Amino acid sequence: MISVRDLRKTYEGGMEALRGANLEIAEGEILALLGPNGAGKTTLISIICGLANITSGSVTVGGHDVIEDYREARRLIGLVPQEINLEPFERVKNTVALSRGLFGMSRDDAKVEDVLRKLSLWDKKDAQIRELSGGMRRRVLIAKALIHEPRVLFLDEPTAGVDVELRKDMWDVVRQLQADGVTIILTTHYIEEAEAIADRIGVINNGEILLVEETASLMRRMGSKEMTIELQAPLEAVPESLASYNLRQTGACTLIYAYDTAAERTGIARLLSDLSGAGLVLRDVQTRQSSLEDIFVSLVHQESPA
Amino acid sequence: MNWHAVAAIYKFEMARTWRTIWQSIVSPVLSTSLYFVVFGTAIGSRISEVEGVSYGAFIVPGLIMLSVITQSITNAALGIYFPKFIGTIYELLSAPINVLEIVLGYVGAAATKAFLIGMIILGTSFLFVPMQIEYPLVMLLFLVLTCVSFSLMGFIIGIWAKNFEQLNLVPMLIVTPLIFLGGAFYSVSMLPDAWQVVTLFNPVVYLISGFRWAFFGLADVALGWSLLAILGFTMGCLLVIWRIFKTGWRIKS
Ligand SMILES: Nc1ncnc2c1ncn2[C@@H]1O[C@H](COP(=O)(O)OP(=O)(O)OP(=O)(O)O)[C@@H](O)[C@H]1O
Ligand SMILES: [Mg+2]
Repeated sequence: MISVRDLRKTYEGGMEALRGANLEIAEGEILALLGPNGAGKTTLISIICGLANITSGSVTVGGHDVIEDYREARRLIGLVPQEINLEPFERVKNTVALSRGLFGMSRDDAKVEDVLRKLSLWDKKDAQIRELSGGMRRRVLIAKALIHEPRVLFLDEPTAGVDVELRKDMWDVVRQLQADGVTIILTTHYIEEAEAIADRIGVINNGEILLVEETASLMRRMGSKEMTIELQAPLEAVPESLASYNLRQTGACTLIYAYDTAAERTGIARLLSDLSGAGLVLRDVQTRQSSLEDIFVSLVHQESPA
Repeated sequence: MNWHAVAAIYKFEMARTWRTIWQSIVSPVLSTSLYFVVFGTAIGSRISEVEGVSYGAFIVPGLIMLSVITQSITNAALGIYFPKFIGTIYELLSAPINVLEIVLGYVGAAATKAFLIGMIILGTSFLFVPMQIEYPLVMLLFLVLTCVSFSLMGFIIGIWAKNFEQLNLVPMLIVTPLIFLGGAFYSVSMLPDAWQVVTLFNPVVYLISGFRWAFFGLADVALGWSLLAILGFTMGCLLVIWRIFKTGWRIKS
């Protein structure tokens, strides 16, 4: 559905926001873009949607080049920007209707009502934007993006400043859209969210797309686990005999052992026997699957050893 | 052509006008009345006639031009500057529309508002001076062309401006002086010879002259030149706007 090839973007000041990004997005999937502040997520979206000029490379949406066939390409796209950009004195209903018109569609009050109801905004239809709360404004932006029935939806940090209840509603809307076959690209800093909603996850840092992988397989592949070992008695230092395990001591009685579930030998059994060999008595043992956040942090650090 | 988009922008912009309808109408009517009192009554009592027309009537075309030109520029400039300022321009840039459609919507709305104000001032003038319009159709043609061309210019200023000060800079420093020196309140023939030549470089002279001809059948420059000047100016503005959108100057990063 979307194909980004060798995309580079250098802003006027010389800032290289994208350094040869490549990305293929299939129709109907939900892709989450993860990356730290300034990674280039918004820049990537801006270029696909026509808000920023391309320095080099190419982008097609639904097979249409975003520059040559901008009309066809843009008709397919709905954009919910990161910043809440709305005219304060405009009324909800009118600003949503404007978006529909801009995309070349005739007025359709029933459609406006439908979209506003889905986003629980119908009772605010005659309110001015300045009278709405931040979360409601974000939903107005979503309504504006959906009113022309796009096939691709970009959500740039849609859940920033949105409460838990609303966030749930929003994901319901997203899942409903996916069921209708809409392709969705979202950026978020809430990693559990990406993990829960995305089919695939793309990690971007420093203007480069480090990887794009199915959420589940990414979790599995990178799935390291941590075992927390609680000792009966406080420990001054990790005994020499256990050095090969790279144990981390996080408290007087706490040791952490990190291991890879995909590895042939996890080394747990040997560690446990070596522990008792060193005269340490265990009180409790816990294991924890590393979250996407850990994976993400480790990826970013591999890339830029600072 | 994406006509739905043109209509949507136009209606949206006009809605802004209707929301502030009273200040849109009252302030030009009030300021025009003041000009009539000052120029028409106070000064006009000393200058009785200009080329056979009573001074009160003589300044009407200039007064209308003064308001219409300033209104066109400020409306159009603000119309496009505002979305840029608050960020809603993202919607224009991401919509399947081209330059022509954006310009038709914004400039069309700004020009419409300026035209309405011009007509209101014309109506107000009749309250102050008895007057007859010799060539009403030519008058309308000049009025429309003026609204359109200066709205185009305002649109360019709105894109160029980086802050509100710059937005007012060009109208205040360039346009208003050009209008005052463009024969709004006097006939160019009343100036010393040397100044008459200098005046010919002021494009507004051609406008006011042509517009005044439509009222009274008298002109400082030939009607043809007036028409040519305003058409040339319009084309020039269109060209600049086309370039702006092609390069994304000051609107796309
Ligand atoms: N208009 C601009 N002019 C110059 N530099 C810019 C512009 N927009 C973004 N940048 C720079 O480009 C880089 C990427 O910015 P971008 O907004 O794409 O990051 P992001 O991944 O969306 O970050 P965040 O998570 O904070 O939204 C940053 O270093 C930023 O400073
Ligand atoms: Mg961003």
